[in-house]
Amino acid sequence: MKFSALVLANLFRKKIRLLLTIGSFAVALFLVAFLGVVRDAFNRGADVAGADRLITINRTSIINTIPLSYQDKILRIPGVKSITHDNWFGGVYQDEKNFFPQFVIDPENQRQVFPELVVPDDEWNAFLKDRQGAIVGARTMERFGWKIGDRIPLKSSVFGPGATSWEFNIVGVYHGKRPQDDETQFWFQWDYFEERVPESFKGQIGWYSLRVDNPDDSPRIAKAIDQEFQNSPDETKTETESAWAAGWVKQFGNIQFLILTIGSVVFFTLLLVTGNTMAISVRERTAEFAVLKAIGFGDRAVLGFIIAESLVIALVGSAGLGLAAIAVPVLGRAMAGSMLPTLLLPPSVLVFGFLVALVVGVLSAILPGVSAMRLRVVDALRRV
Amino acid sequence: MVRVDGSNGRSGSLIEVRGLDKTYRRANEEIHVLQGLNLDVDKGDFVAFMGPSGSGKTTLLNLLGGLDVPTRGSITVAGDELTHMSSGKLTQWRARHVGFIFQMYNLLPVLTAFQNVELPLLLTRLSKSERRRHVETALAIVALADRMHHFPRQLSGGQEQRVAIARAIVADPTFLLCDEPTGDLDRRSADEVMDLIRRLVKEYGKTVLMVTHDPIVACQADLTLHLEKGVLVESGDPRQQVPGGGVA
Repeated sequence: MKFSALVLANLFRKKIRLLLTIGSFAVALFLVAFLGVVRDAFNRGADVAGADRLITINRTSIINTIPLSYQDKILRIPGVKSITHDNWFGGVYQDEKNFFPQFVIDPENQRQVFPELVVPDDEWNAFLKDRQGAIVGARTMERFGWKIGDRIPLKSSVFGPGATSWEFNIVGVYHGKRPQDDETQFWFQWDYFEERVPESFKGQIGWYSLRVDNPDDSPRIAKAIDQEFQNSPDETKTETESAWAAGWVKQFGNIQFLILTIGSVVFFTLLLVTGNTMAISVRERTAEFAVLKAIGFGDRAVLGFIIAESLVIALVGSAGLGLAAIAVPVLGRAMAGSMLPTLLLPPSVLVFGFLVALVVGVLSAILPGVSAMRLRVVDALRRV
Repeated sequence: MVRVDGSNGRSGSLIEVRGLDKTYRRANEEIHVLQGLNLDVDKGDFVAFMGPSGSGKTTLLNLLGGLDVPTRGSITVAGDELTHMSSGKLTQWRARHVGFIFQMYNLLPVLTAFQNVELPLLLTRLSKSERRRHVETALAIVALADRMHHFPRQLSGGQEQRVAIARAIVADPTFLLCDEPTGDLDRRSADEVMDLIRRLVKEYGKTVLMVTHDPIVACQADLTLHLEKGVLVESGDPRQQVPGGGVA
């Protein structure tokens, strides 16, 4: 503590330089946090995936359907606990920019397979009784200001000639048990869908989601399902939900590599900027370090001062993480209509950002610090 | 009593230098700055070193202050043999035993006079209040108690050098090393600084070794030694010569 006045006085020697360095730290850490948020958003599907859930799709591609009649056959395979099916609807609410995912669900089994998405019993019962009923995620309800009882029209150009309007009654709201659970979906009943779609879509579902008794059996069950429908007109491909979610992310390109590359560039740029600042700062004070060493401050003390200065810059610059914590929810709301899931700033990203700040703080001080340590007092004073 | 012939057999000197050599290598050439130099300085002595540029005055001061190491020979201060100390030990030794006064003052511009003077005390175990008391005393001795919260840029050259003197004495070192302490001052400020250094010797019993080019400044010392061809030669004190090879 008794050296704090010296460290702070040296830090404030060039105020504009200090502000700019702290600013670059804050911006860089904001970017690091934001990259972490994006990475988290893309990985969310895999992260929230149930360990005991498998997804079965048409082997050709996800856009190809599979028969509803497979459901009972799959359920008979040993180890399968429950099964439900979904279809992608792709309707438009008022305008195409108002995107949110809509799924045709199987009301009988939905809650057994997705227990983490909670609907109050009375609302669920109302859903079962209303053929045109819809259950909507809390975030989408909030986004459009909907209330239970509202009648919502969705236009679909896929299921039906022209842009057919589908009317729904909101009868319930679901909430995720975990903060990262997706609360943007819109569910409606299979029966309503089935009665309105053209003949070619009848009896066809998009994919099956199933739960197994023991996650360790997943590879065996997946193989058994796919073998069951081998050489049929609609062969299947079954994989764990996390692998399926990861496959979706891959369709966007190699996001992990992109984030890693940008993050590395940010890290090294920050390291170079801060290192350069510290090097200039130390070079300007060569004579002062010589005097400190002459009057009895050791090499380690000198190195300690320089690292302390750099760490203070890093810690104050960590305010960029705080800015990210404020900005991410705002940005999340602004991006609510995008394909990305909810933007969240996980604590692990904040901790990682803070560690990046500490590492850059120490590393950027090492080289100038070592040169100050090695400074020969006699040589430095001769240069004055 | 100061001797330069190495004949002090009683080994009771505060500073005892024997056979000191310092050689620099420049390209393929060896430059012998000090050659077999001997020196004995007692507590309370005030010695001035003079000599032409490049004669090794500052080199000698650096060696005596533990800032540099000799090529050969020994330096013993208050019983501590410097030439056997590691770099770290020398740093600790300097903090305890040496007060440096430089030509360019070398105050830290971002610190106030008080904080500059306090620097050597940060290396001690003194409490904050004890440090404050010591600093205030040191600044009072140099008559700058009323400027303790001023930054160096707010002080004149003479005042800056007085703050540097306060910094040099605040930890009560064994001896003071002054390298051209008045070299950057006008005559009036130089006189004030020399009066102060003399007071430190007379009233506080400090031992002072000073390098200077200025004969008027050198006259303030008890003894002036000339560096010629790497060895010290007594030129004595014009005010008071003591028989027996020594000068008091």
